[in-house]
Amino acid sequence: MEALDILLTSSFWVAAIRIASPLIFATMGELICERAGVLNLGIEGIMTVGAFAGWFTVYSGGDLWTGVLVAALAGAMFGLLHATLTVPLGLSQHVVGIGVTLLATSLTYFTYRLLLPEVTSPPKIEPFQPLAIPGLSDIPVVGQALFNQTPLTYLAFVTVALTAWVLYRTPLGLAVRAAGENPSAVEAQGISVTAIRMGAVMAGSALMAIGGAFLTMSAFNSFFFEMINGRGWICIALVVFGSWRPGKALLGAILFAAFDAYQVRLQQFTGGIVPYQIFLMMPYALSILALILVARRATYPKALMVPYQKGER
Amino acid sequence: MRLEPKPAPSLAITLLYPIAAIILTLLITSLLVLAAGASPFSVFYLVWRGAAGSQFALLETLTRATPLIFTGLAVAIAFRAKLWNIGAEAQLYIGGVVTVVLGTGLLPLPSFLLIPIIMIAAMAAGALLLLGPAVLKTHFGVDEVVTTLLLNFIVLLFVSMLLEGPLKDPMGLGWPQSSKVIAEAQLPRIIQGKRLHYGFVMAIVSAIIVWVVMKKTVLGYEMRAVGHNPQAAAFAGIPVNRVLMKTALLSGGLAALAGFCEVSGLKGNLTLDLSPGYGYSGIVVAMLAMLNPIGVVASAIFVAGIFVGADAMSRSAGVPSYIADVMVATSLLTMVVAILFTRFRLRWK
Repeated sequence: MEALDILLTSSFWVAAIRIASPLIFATMGELICERAGVLNLGIEGIMTVGAFAGWFTVYSGGDLWTGVLVAALAGAMFGLLHATLTVPLGLSQHVVGIGVTLLATSLTYFTYRLLLPEVTSPPKIEPFQPLAIPGLSDIPVVGQALFNQTPLTYLAFVTVALTAWVLYRTPLGLAVRAAGENPSAVEAQGISVTAIRMGAVMAGSALMAIGGAFLTMSAFNSFFFEMINGRGWICIALVVFGSWRPGKALLGAILFAAFDAYQVRLQQFTGGIVPYQIFLMMPYALSILALILVARRATYPKALMVPYQKGER
Repeated sequence: MRLEPKPAPSLAITLLYPIAAIILTLLITSLLVLAAGASPFSVFYLVWRGAAGSQFALLETLTRATPLIFTGLAVAIAFRAKLWNIGAEAQLYIGGVVTVVLGTGLLPLPSFLLIPIIMIAAMAAGALLLLGPAVLKTHFGVDEVVTTLLLNFIVLLFVSMLLEGPLKDPMGLGWPQSSKVIAEAQLPRIIQGKRLHYGFVMAIVSAIIVWVVMKKTVLGYEMRAVGHNPQAAAFAGIPVNRVLMKTALLSGGLAALAGFCEVSGLKGNLTLDLSPGYGYSGIVVAMLAMLNPIGVVASAIFVAGIFVGADAMSRSAGVPSYIADVMVATSLLTMVVAILFTRFRLRWK
């Protein structure tokens, strides 16, 4: 069965991990926000900002890591905007999130047109190159996928480990989780819920932006409109699917990316009988399906979307 | 710093807040205009002239406002019950699909029968499209924000599939577009030779109907109760899930009418650029109107004016027309802050 042989090819798994990388960054970003009690629907726009900021930094002469840093800072700035409106002001996280996405996206497009008024085809940059880890990259099937990727993919995996370690092994992580479960308990410890939540949203938004930057600086080599294409919304589904745990969310992202890589290859077998749009729909449909499957036993952070006012019960 | 509730302000004061939000938006976007090397005063004047400076401009603004009134009403009615319908874009396209399926010759009926049939069918399709996420919310606990957002992408791909398959115009020279609707399925123009069509009148009538439903009927009361506090509403004997589903049907139906009007009144056929994000702009329209159905008409005309005016300005002043999208998004955020300060005051201590 040829369709199943795909799963044993090295190139399939290389593609799956590459597709997973931006999702891993953004999913971790969203997870951090939500564990602190803030739903960040700005994700789609913040990824757009990151994709543009990182790419443009490199295009105007910066090196690649500076680009990643600029993307992260730009993301954190939009995180600050989101957090200011939703945390101390306690405004609807749904409305503000959509507003931040609309603003971040339109501001990016405006800036792109302003800075590059004449271009018709998007200019290219020299993106991150794969970096083979000697020895490990020679393991059959998975070696190339896990150990011959760009540095940003390795960073994505480090981010998951770091997020898990901070959330579960440090006092800061405990405060973040408590801010999302029982904010009064955090305040009783003398820690400011406002500060914890705002910090979490800014850090999370920075990661989302790096996820966006992965697309323009590692997966592709230029910026074009609508390139995020719903990935942010998919990441929100992945956080729920991963029960708000970094390890599970990572598995979810890889599983999802594997499906995505698989459907692209499956298209070649159907020989144009099935319209290509059906395949393109699959990631979104899959996300909805995943939400339905886990929804019944999903345990949301108890204070998710509940604004906190000091001294109020 | 903390927020303190304050007594409800008078109507006059309440109306001042949106104005303050708009002024703040203009100040913020002036910075971008300056960054683009233009003068904010001349740019905003050009936007104003492009939106309302002539009969042509004004009619164009009202034409652009028509779909925004429908999507704005769809969002206003849903958000009132705290049903977060971010999928008006998809519902709009489904309305367009139904219009071309029934309106391109399948039903050879006179106008006075055909148009109502298409309208009802389009509304039903849009309503059903939102019923899915609503049922997933009420019966499975799936957040409707993500499902409606994801459905936008699925539906757009579905439309693309139809336009390259069964609905493809055989005379379209290979472009992904549908055939034109027949004359009997077209909404007439209000003024001969101008683009403004009777969809605008339908939109105004819809706004009045929605206002009556929201303010004068039991369903409207139940929607507001569910939106305010679902637990309390359930305790008071309101069937929360049923109210949410009725809300979804109304909201989806209204958004689908936007698609019907755009195809039947303006474009004549269905393409993949039927809507430049009317579904998302509808959120801004609804919030600027503080979810008031009559206010939606005013804010839709305002938002449409920004888009129409910015297009005209961009051609003459060279500032990218995306400035309009930035203004609209900024006004959403300044508006929610303004609404907050109608009900709370900030205390520093």
